[in-house]
Amino acid sequence: MASLLGVLFDGLAYGMLLFLVSVGLSVTLGLMNFVNLAHGAFAMLGGYVCVALMQRWGVPFLAALPAAFIAAAVAGVILERVLYRRFYRRSHLDQVLVTIGLVFMAIAVATWAFGSQQQPLRLPSTLAGQWSLFGVDLNVYRCFLLVVGASLAVVLTFVLERTRFGAAVRASVDDARVAEALGIRVALVFQLTFAVGCGLAGLGGALGVEVLGLDPTFPLKYIVYFLLVVAVGGTGSVKGPLFAALLLGVADVAGKYYLPQVGAFILYAIMVLLLIVRPQGLVARA
Amino acid sequence: MRVRGLWLEAAFWLVLAAGFVLWPSRLPLASQVLIAGLFALSYDLILGYAGILSLGHAAYFGVGAYSAGLLAAHGWGEPISGLIAAGLLAALAGLITSPLVVRGTDLTRLMITTGLGLLLFELANRLGAITGGVDGLQGVEVQPLFGALRFDIYGRTAYGYVLAVVFVLFLAARRLVRSPFGLSLRGIRGNPARMRAIGCRVDLHLAAVYTFSAACAGVAGALLTQTTQFVGLDVLSFGRSAELLVMLIVGGAGLLYGGFIGAAVFMIAHHYLSSLDPVYWQFWLGAGLVLIVLVGRDGILGLGHRVLGVRRRRAGPAP
Amino acid sequence: MSSTLRTEGLSKRFGDFHALDGVTMQLPRGARHAVIGPNGAGKTTLINLLTGTVRATAGEVYIGSERVTSLRPEQRVRRGLVRTFQINSLFPELTVLESVLLATCQRTGAALDAWRGLDARAQEFQAARATLRLLKLEGVADVRTRDLAYGEQRLLEIALALACRPRILLLDEPAAGVPRRESVALFEAIAGLPGDLTVLFIEHDMDLVFRFAQRITVLVGGAILTEGTPQEIAGDARVKQIYLGRAA
Repeated sequence: MASLLGVLFDGLAYGMLLFLVSVGLSVTLGLMNFVNLAHGAFAMLGGYVCVALMQRWGVPFLAALPAAFIAAAVAGVILERVLYRRFYRRSHLDQVLVTIGLVFMAIAVATWAFGSQQQPLRLPSTLAGQWSLFGVDLNVYRCFLLVVGASLAVVLTFVLERTRFGAAVRASVDDARVAEALGIRVALVFQLTFAVGCGLAGLGGALGVEVLGLDPTFPLKYIVYFLLVVAVGGTGSVKGPLFAALLLGVADVAGKYYLPQVGAFILYAIMVLLLIVRPQGLVARA
Repeated sequence: MRVRGLWLEAAFWLVLAAGFVLWPSRLPLASQVLIAGLFALSYDLILGYAGILSLGHAAYFGVGAYSAGLLAAHGWGEPISGLIAAGLLAALAGLITSPLVVRGTDLTRLMITTGLGLLLFELANRLGAITGGVDGLQGVEVQPLFGALRFDIYGRTAYGYVLAVVFVLFLAARRLVRSPFGLSLRGIRGNPARMRAIGCRVDLHLAAVYTFSAACAGVAGALLTQTTQFVGLDVLSFGRSAELLVMLIVGGAGLLYGGFIGAAVFMIAHHYLSSLDPVYWQFWLGAGLVLIVLVGRDGILGLGHRVLGVRRRRAGPAP
Repeated sequence: MSSTLRTEGLSKRFGDFHALDGVTMQLPRGARHAVIGPNGAGKTTLINLLTGTVRATAGEVYIGSERVTSLRPEQRVRRGLVRTFQINSLFPELTVLESVLLATCQRTGAALDAWRGLDARAQEFQAARATLRLLKLEGVADVRTRDLAYGEQRLLEIALALACRPRILLLDEPAAGVPRRESVALFEAIAGLPGDLTVLFIEHDMDLVFRFAQRITVLVGGAILTEGTPQEIAGDARVKQIYLGRAA
């Protein structure tokens, strides 16, 4: 019983990380129909910014997190303006090629700058350790992840569903041409959304150093997880990816805990099965 | 035009056949290039001609590689029958998975093929007792070709064997793309909806070419096993599928020879650049990809065709 | 006379919206039948239901005496029901001849032959060239589709369908976007098609409709308002009101 709760708890925390990293991908895919396989590179960037700030300049963890967000968001804006923008109207094949190329470059640059080893991260003492609750040991850092993830999900939902900007995003996802005709500046909406999406990935990457690890192969290693969140959660909403990411997090942790000899096999099998049954995603847009 | 094309083709294969004299000390590398070329040709059939975007084609390469390896490790070391068995098993894998792949949009196909590739990789990884897991499959012993020609350390037998097999499969693929079936594939790539409206069983066509492509990929994998007497997990890796895409794009998709040209350029560049510094290689590989797509995705062969004034065909799914 | 194409109570609902509501019609062999109606009357939905690209909510479609309601589009094509598209749906990278050859190979079953070269397909080449002659496209046989003039592309739309040797040809606004002078020529080409071919066409240009149709069905709001000869339709007060009422 205790282990079940523990697995559920770890899985949810893990899922929150996946959500933070993937939600941007889901929105950009829905918004511009752009297949961005390099999305994980932004998460990696956030991770390295966080680690570097802490190690080399002694910046505290909680201050490094916003920096990771900003760095990834700025990188996203630059890349969007310089490169991505030219590919919205190109075929998916072209998009795949360009973004895979970027992944290779990102891996090479990260290896050159930081070496190929895993990066250590020292959590502040307030976030380390365990809490004991009803006989279950809760990792403080994972509680922190849950809180951060849940709050961001609430904020994102609010922005997307209650604000003018959110309405513009939803209209653009629905039909970019109609939105344009209604006077929404789709290109600007997209740029902002893209920046926020990349920023969130960066934040997720920084938060995830402790859980997912951080080495130069990060963007390649987790590509499937991000795609999976999008595939299961559908595009263009907050709830879909959130639900999908939590589900995946729990499934993955449970699989590794109860059936360690099977490993990631279950996860991939679930992915393929889901895609067969529901090619539009579990939480398809209405 | 046609006659000149034929001369060029003949010259291409004659140069390869003269490889025993032209690059006698590089035969093992040349065999690897040919194998990669065959693999890229198999991928060209589905991507360049039929427009199926896949990032999991290494699955079939791996099925072929492991089939040949397991047969040879368990006493069936006769190469030709082992090769055929491996090709058939890969074809079977292609046939079974084709219904999942042929339907759906680019994005669904991309994810399904990626998922299938990873699934197989993980399977081979977990079945360490059979596949050797991360250590690779040991004890692959291939018997002499025709019971007489031993696979020598200079790779002479291997090169001749690989060249012959690749040539035969190339001829089959060449017939395929020039047949009415091949024309149908180009139609499907261009406009699947209209193909249905003129009575084409689109899914059947795609399943057929996918299966054949899987068989070719499987044979390529088996050749790798038989000539190196070893199978590593990397035959199934995502990286191999991604590199495959790069090779084909570098060479030029939908042109039949693009895979070979791309494989040669890619592997020779890899051979020399990565010995300088692997990081360096990976960076320029990525930058090269971005550049190719920015400049126009015709590849080396497409460029050559443009120079020669041959009508070029755009590869891949229509935007 | 026996009918080649027949529908019974054909209906399509999207949620609460009745796109098509109980359409029953019957086309004899060799008919030149027009379907007209204001925008949103359900004309294209009718074509989609007939070809099977959209599943009917209720009702039946028959080709000859065979019920085809549950058949897939390509199965209906093989039973002789072929359509064209209002917006060009062609193969931009193929030449005109290759395109028609492609369609011909689907009909003859050659399309599944992956071994014999195209060049060896004399019979298909002959049939494809005959189709091109029928629509006076033989002069551009080796031109790539994307390089064709728009009017020629519209003809190729029809040529692709004809290459399937249809018994029933559904033309979805064949003259859409074609300048007046060319559209008459286009319809003359259609009128010159074999007499035993049943043609159902949707057209907005009333002059063309009254000139080339033998019978006309008027769709309004997804249902049949009336059906008759051009004279009957021209004299129908309700039709006048719909078409002329707003203009007058």
